[in-house]
Amino acid sequence: MSEKKNPEYDFKWCPGCGDFGVKKALEAAIKKKTIETEEPILNNVIVAGIGCSGNMVHLLEGEQPYGFHGLHGRTLPVAMGLKSSRPELNVTVVAGDGDFLSIGAEHIAPQAKRNLDVCVVIMDNAVYGLTKGQSSPTSAEGMITSSTPYGKTEVGFDPLAHYLSLGVSFVASGLSSKIKDLSELIYQGMIHPGFSIVHVQSPCTEYNNTYEILKGNIKKGIEPLAKPIDVSHNPNDLKQAIEVISTPGIPLGIIYQSKDEPTLAQKYENLINKSKQKDFETLLNSYSI
Amino acid sequence: MKNTDFVVRFAGEGGQGFLSAAIGFASANTKAGYHAQTFATFPSQITGGPTWMQTRISINPVLSRGDEVDVLVVFNEYAYEAHKNEVKENGFILYDSDQLNIEDSNKVLGIAFEKLGKTTGNSRAANMVMMGALAELVGVNLSVLEDFVKERWGNVERYGEHIVPQNIQALKLGSKEVQERGLKLSEIESPKKSDTQQIFLNGNDAISLGAYAAGIEYYVGYPISPATTILVWMEKNLVEKNKFVYQVSSEIEAITAIIGASYGGKKSMTATAGPGFSLMSEGLGLAWMAEIPIVVVDVQRGGPATGLPTKTEQSDLLSSINPAHGDVSLPVIAPGTVEECFYGTIEAFNWAEKYQGPVILLSEHGLAERQQNIPKPNISKLNVEKRLINKSSENYHRYESGNISPMPIPGLPGPYVANASEHDKMGDTTHLPERHVEMTERRFKKLDILKNSNYEYINAESKILLMPWGGSKGPSLEAYEKLQEQNIDIGWAYTMFLNPLPEKLLIELRSKNLVIVPELNYLGQFSSLLRSQNVNAQSITQYTGLPFKVEYLVNKITELL
Repeated sequence: MSEKKNPEYDFKWCPGCGDFGVKKALEAAIKKKTIETEEPILNNVIVAGIGCSGNMVHLLEGEQPYGFHGLHGRTLPVAMGLKSSRPELNVTVVAGDGDFLSIGAEHIAPQAKRNLDVCVVIMDNAVYGLTKGQSSPTSAEGMITSSTPYGKTEVGFDPLAHYLSLGVSFVASGLSSKIKDLSELIYQGMIHPGFSIVHVQSPCTEYNNTYEILKGNIKKGIEPLAKPIDVSHNPNDLKQAIEVISTPGIPLGIIYQSKDEPTLAQKYENLINKSKQKDFETLLNSYSI
Repeated sequence: MKNTDFVVRFAGEGGQGFLSAAIGFASANTKAGYHAQTFATFPSQITGGPTWMQTRISINPVLSRGDEVDVLVVFNEYAYEAHKNEVKENGFILYDSDQLNIEDSNKVLGIAFEKLGKTTGNSRAANMVMMGALAELVGVNLSVLEDFVKERWGNVERYGEHIVPQNIQALKLGSKEVQERGLKLSEIESPKKSDTQQIFLNGNDAISLGAYAAGIEYYVGYPISPATTILVWMEKNLVEKNKFVYQVSSEIEAITAIIGASYGGKKSMTATAGPGFSLMSEGLGLAWMAEIPIVVVDVQRGGPATGLPTKTEQSDLLSSINPAHGDVSLPVIAPGTVEECFYGTIEAFNWAEKYQGPVILLSEHGLAERQQNIPKPNISKLNVEKRLINKSSENYHRYESGNISPMPIPGLPGPYVANASEHDKMGDTTHLPERHVEMTERRFKKLDILKNSNYEYINAESKILLMPWGGSKGPSLEAYEKLQEQNIDIGWAYTMFLNPLPEKLLIELRSKNLVIVPELNYLGQFSSLLRSQNVNAQSITQYTGLPFKVEYLVNKITELL
């Protein structure tokens, strides 16, 4: 098995970038998945979007999975092509808030309705980092960025509520600096049979440094915005999930997980049982004169 | 002297059911050994609107829809007014005298289709009366239609025992009406004996069958005229183990999903038309850049934007070669007949695997909606390329070699990153100038292996060539044959492999004084491509939404000589 060494590749995340933590968590989750399921690392494919987060696929250390670094916003359809044609693969999508919730937003609902069995890890920094700090869907209303110099006029997007409303069958929320917890969330997303999204707060130190707001600062008397969900929460209960996301602050943990919802592959298997096996000669003969 | 072919046109309003009558009439004649080609044109709506379909029947293979009409069957007064002038001088117009108020003459015949049909006891036999009258007018033996009726409704369990004798009775009633008035075209010759088995289908069916023969494993698509029937065919026939077919939410989803599937090792295709093809531009660039084999069918319609969804045009050639931004030259195969739709699709899959990238199959509405008889393909003689898969596990680099390199497939050795950004041998993003030069040249050099395709070349010594492309092949070939009859010195060249062109053919084209290109677009797209490759080419253009008529081409070509 090959460890990757590429002296030519020179992309770097900025010091302190939240994506470093997500990378470590993802590596650990993939490792755990290959050990627990005894599947080869080569059965893993990471499908990345465009933006700072997309470079994840080149930066992964250790034993290498397959990678796909495609177009801006189009991670989900690529993942669908892969997973629906090769159901035995473990397909993980990594993308940023701009890639996933702005240009790629149209692809979330269809995959949620199909219950495509892939795990999506979203690195949300509420800003476009690679293009140097423009507003993103999750930027708050009024936020000053290079593309909203007089303040953002859109209401900030609530991704967790959006996922729940679309019927995403596994929704979790994580923080990039809590690597161990995050790794477990990603692992749980990977083994969940269906469409899973792990939405991660992954701050941008350059254009939108939210570490202090998210983690709090006791000395300054700042309460943390991101807090673990109470252990009494039952993620199988959609009503409780809605309550969790309606409480002020950012909940950390598994918010919702549906039980026994068939995946696209399972539903497709039923179609195969209904259809008649064809062969070329039979199809050709149906046009005979 | 007996006739060798005739044209029947059915005109009325969408939803009146005469399209199936027209196809049935064509199908019946092919069963008797005649050759047939149908042509339909209709507005973009399901019910209503002026619609017509014509069928040309011949003892020889049919090249074009036929310029003039021998018998016109009209289903409303508007159709009568709109089409009567296209009927030949000695032709006929047929209509239901119970339904329409048209004045009869020695050319115009009203027959009570509906009323006569009902006398057979079958309330839906009006079309059969019409077909019987038609057969008598064009001199086709009534037994041809009787055999068709027996086969179509012969299943007693399903249709009961009465429908066959009732329909045959209806045919006879229609035929008798015409006989009594003593009207008739000259009789058509008996069909020639053919030793090859024939099948009867349209261009989109032929593309679907071709994809199946080529081993398609993955199809996703989005409904769009005139490509929808390929999606429908796949949804019906490709639901199998280890294969996948799905209607997705947009053309953007379609193109990127088939790229994902092919990256996963599956032979993948989608089909679309103009607007959908535009949405696929970025994805096509990705497949070119990451070197992923896919087939994209563009069934051309009138454009740009929403354009003319149900009319034919050949105006996507330039955009099919260069759909995406940046340095790209996509391979394009443009079938010109229903038969070429089948073989062209197999070649498109072969090209995609050979050069490892996206291939455009450029069809058109005129082919998609055309029913035609073609020789039945022999599966044992088809050449199908398999993917070159990497098996080496020792530090394999996907993009290292200057030539075609085996593709690693997830699950197998050789993990790499398929990358839409410029990349190095491992697929990692790079901005190094020397790497962009190396990879750009790698991508273009791969096209060289596609330059040895077949082409047609007749009268090679002539200094002037006629060279149509795509669906303009048929009317152009018929025009060419007419010019030959007039002893006019002109040669013929044709290939469905438009980009890259067969190298030997290109050398020949460069040696000519003039290459005349009939094509259905305003810009003269193919001739401009030829001129950019140092060929002295000139287009004959038409942009009406309809195919060329032979006479028009003969006149235009003669003007250019």
